[in-house]
Amino acid sequence: MLSKRIIPCLDVRDGRLTKGIKFKKNVDIGDPVEVAREYYEQGADEIVFYDITASAERRTIMLEVVKRVAETIFIPFSVGGGIGTVEGMRRVILAGAEKVSVNTEAVKNPGIIAEGAKAFGSQCIVLGMDVKRVPAREEIPSGYEMVIHGGRTFTGLDALRWAKEAERLGAGEICLNSIDADGTKDGYELALTALISSHVGIPVIASGGAGKPEHLLDVLTRGKADAALIASMVHYRTHTIAGIKNFLHDHGVQTRLRW
Amino acid sequence: MIGIVDYRAGNLTSVARALDHLHEPCIITNDSKLLDDASHIIFPGVGAAGQAMANLREGGLDVHLKRWVREGKPVLGLCLGTQVIFESSEEDDTSCLGIVPGEVKRFPADLRERGQRLKIPHMGWNRVSFRERHPVFKGIPKNAEFYFVHSYYPVPADETWAAGWTDYGIRFCSVVARENLVAVQFHPEKSGRPGLTLLANFCRWGGNDAQ
Repeated sequence: MLSKRIIPCLDVRDGRLTKGIKFKKNVDIGDPVEVAREYYEQGADEIVFYDITASAERRTIMLEVVKRVAETIFIPFSVGGGIGTVEGMRRVILAGAEKVSVNTEAVKNPGIIAEGAKAFGSQCIVLGMDVKRVPAREEIPSGYEMVIHGGRTFTGLDALRWAKEAERLGAGEICLNSIDADGTKDGYELALTALISSHVGIPVIASGGAGKPEHLLDVLTRGKADAALIASMVHYRTHTIAGIKNFLHDHGVQTRLRW
Repeated sequence: MIGIVDYRAGNLTSVARALDHLHEPCIITNDSKLLDDASHIIFPGVGAAGQAMANLREGGLDVHLKRWVREGKPVLGLCLGTQVIFESSEEDDTSCLGIVPGEVKRFPADLRERGQRLKIPHMGWNRVSFRERHPVFKGIPKNAEFYFVHSYYPVPADETWAAGWTDYGIRFCSVVARENLVAVQFHPEKSGRPGLTLLANFCRWGGNDAQ
């Protein structure tokens, strides 16, 4: 039986680690390679990196980080942020990432999902979704709208429709972030996660809102998520990955306990 | 020197990086002469069976792979590399190398476990129950987990080839071993310590499956 994955998420700007709270005030918490090593040793099942470097010229710094990470940890990791071409994907994959995530870029140009899947296989392509709850209306029947540019721009795109479309185009996995829950530490948005996860055949990683191990238990059971993304609860050392996994195991969720 | 077979099937550098970490010299190449000189062969792969077989045949590597297995060189298959050593694959309805009797099938669409519909690909960490003691699996804890990504699974015609099993809605053969050949459906290069242990054991293995 497949274990539920616990995936720490690292936001990287100009090669240094930050954790965005509600996509605003960022606090520098260190070297991404060292933190990745620590999480690898603590039993992370995978690691997600988001490059939030503003300028395109400085993106090569991220490739250096990816290369060093790939020499240091021997579990899968993905890289996202500003990658909108097959060539951009290739650079990141050759530097050592298993997976590339596309978010705003895919909304603007859905073809990138199919192109990426064709070039590297679906297992390499993660669709990142930033979603906001809105009153249901004709274009947004699910009541969840896709937002882009880190949550600032509404798209008029229904989140459920987009998830299904991305699966059809060849996305291998979805990383589903609730903008409403992100940074609150009040728990994942369970209804959204269950809705998307039960309507697609590809794995869904829940993101946004994790504050304590109970939240992961909820999203991995009632929320039907295949994996859970965590950030501040481990970045600020309030919890450890091993502690979270033991908690989940004690509550009947299969996790990888030996590494 | 460990030879990593390059047949344009996915990114092979992750295997090389794991070997670098283990201080095992390796070479990624499609040159059969260089691979002849290698003490061990790793046959990795990510992608689709049809394209993989076409690439192997185009470069003549299909013939060499069969020969290396026959001649007793230690050979390790990984993921797609493991699938194409069987006789055939349902993926692209491909005729494969036929080193191991049996076929590769697609996971059924209605796979269930504890009443829950399972997703395909089988992606993530799952347990492997190793059937037997084997030098390449030495030191790996019982029921250790490994990282899998695949939609097709091997079905050996003769179960004595199966050396490990994994459950995902059905019980499938995730490890094949006989004589100088070991092949695994998962990615040891991405499976943390148990995976690195397996790779390190393979690199030091003489190719004899006896204790």
